[in-house]
Amino acid sequence: MDGVEHVFERMVHDHQDRLYALGYALTGNRHDAEEVAQDTLLRAYRALVRYPPERVRDLKQRAWLHRIAVNVARNRYRRPGPRMVELNGSEQDAAPGPETRALQRLELDGVAAALACLPERYREAVVLRCVQDLSYAEAAEVLGQPIGTVKSNVHRGLRILRGENDERFDS
Amino acid sequence: MSVSTADLKRLGEMKAPAGLAERVLAGAGLADEYARFDTVIGAVFVAWNRNGVSAAARSRSAHEFEEYVRADVGRRPLRPGTPSAEMSQRITDELSGKRTLRFDLRGLTEFEQAVLRKAREIPYGQVRPYSWVAREIGHPSAVRAVGTALANNPIPYFIPCHRVVRADGVIGNYGGGGPEAKKAILTLEGVRVQQLAELARAGVRYQGVKTTGVYCYPTCHHARRAHERNVVWLHDVNEAKSAGFRPCKVCRPAAA
Repeated sequence: MDGVEHVFERMVHDHQDRLYALGYALTGNRHDAEEVAQDTLLRAYRALVRYPPERVRDLKQRAWLHRIAVNVARNRYRRPGPRMVELNGSEQDAAPGPETRALQRLELDGVAAALACLPERYREAVVLRCVQDLSYAEAAEVLGQPIGTVKSNVHRGLRILRGENDERFDS
Repeated sequence: MSVSTADLKRLGEMKAPAGLAERVLAGAGLADEYARFDTVIGAVFVAWNRNGVSAAARSRSAHEFEEYVRADVGRRPLRPGTPSAEMSQRITDELSGKRTLRFDLRGLTEFEQAVLRKAREIPYGQVRPYSWVAREIGHPSAVRAVGTALANNPIPYFIPCHRVVRADGVIGNYGGGGPEAKKAILTLEGVRVQQLAELARAGVRYQGVKTTGVYCYPTCHHARRAHERNVVWLHDVNEAKSAGFRPCKVCRPAAA
């Protein structure tokens, strides 16, 4: 029991930034991002305490947490009602500070808003590969899709983001 | 807008907002609990978890204690708790010299942990110099680092950093409330602080006992039970040696 606690505390400290970034890139706003990161880690903890020790030890934490987080995020953006897309960066930041920070924030918000406009399957593929820097193999594992599918989704997503798109969104 | 892969990469470098980890750990039931205890040294706030006591301070309010733990001890979250009767008893026992508590020193370096564990070996009512701690943990030249580690003791009173004093008789700094507080706690434990300081200022470091041929730190249990007529005051290890004394095996004034 103590062992799992220890593993989990480490996991929280090691992965909180990555999961927050993932949540932000997938949901497009900081409030949801925080909840995605929190829910993901709490789900992970509930799973960990039920796992046998070998399984906890051999866990590929990054891929495992990303898979949970993608599911948590999907539950959010698939639920009915209008989605919130942040435009002005008015919420509290982790490190509020000088103007440069505010400017970087606005840029990031712009990137997140652009991602939020992508169809879900492109967005997830692009976020895992390009934002989170997972390999194609890892991204495919997280999404439960063949590598080829992930590759083509990343490719199409990036084309739309670059503004090279001429096909209309179809989802 | 046109988004490049560099933009996407920067998105991935975002930091989680402050407090996220604490909220997660509290949500998972891994927060430390804390409560106020009335003790011989007054009201003390103590935080604990399954691994043992993790922090203590004589804060004026619960809020002040929470702030202290957040800022000075580490990032573990806290929630008010109800101590078991056993816990309360152990806290009382610990402050009267019985060593029954367990401590959670995670988050401290190996060195800091070694210093604190060594400090805990100093019996109730006795004191040792900083250099003793340094030598005992195998870092004889790290006297200053020992001082720093003791100053950052997250669990003062219970891990008795107040029992570590300067060899020259100056009482030394104290994170648990300044030199006056240190003096008060030592006095409460029966240490004759004034007399010790005078001896130290006169250059006396050790007490030899003629009948046993052993020399000790003046507060050592074995030194204190000697008859006054048998006592020899010693200034340093060489003087003790040439007078035919051997170091005490309990308080270890020199590597035996």
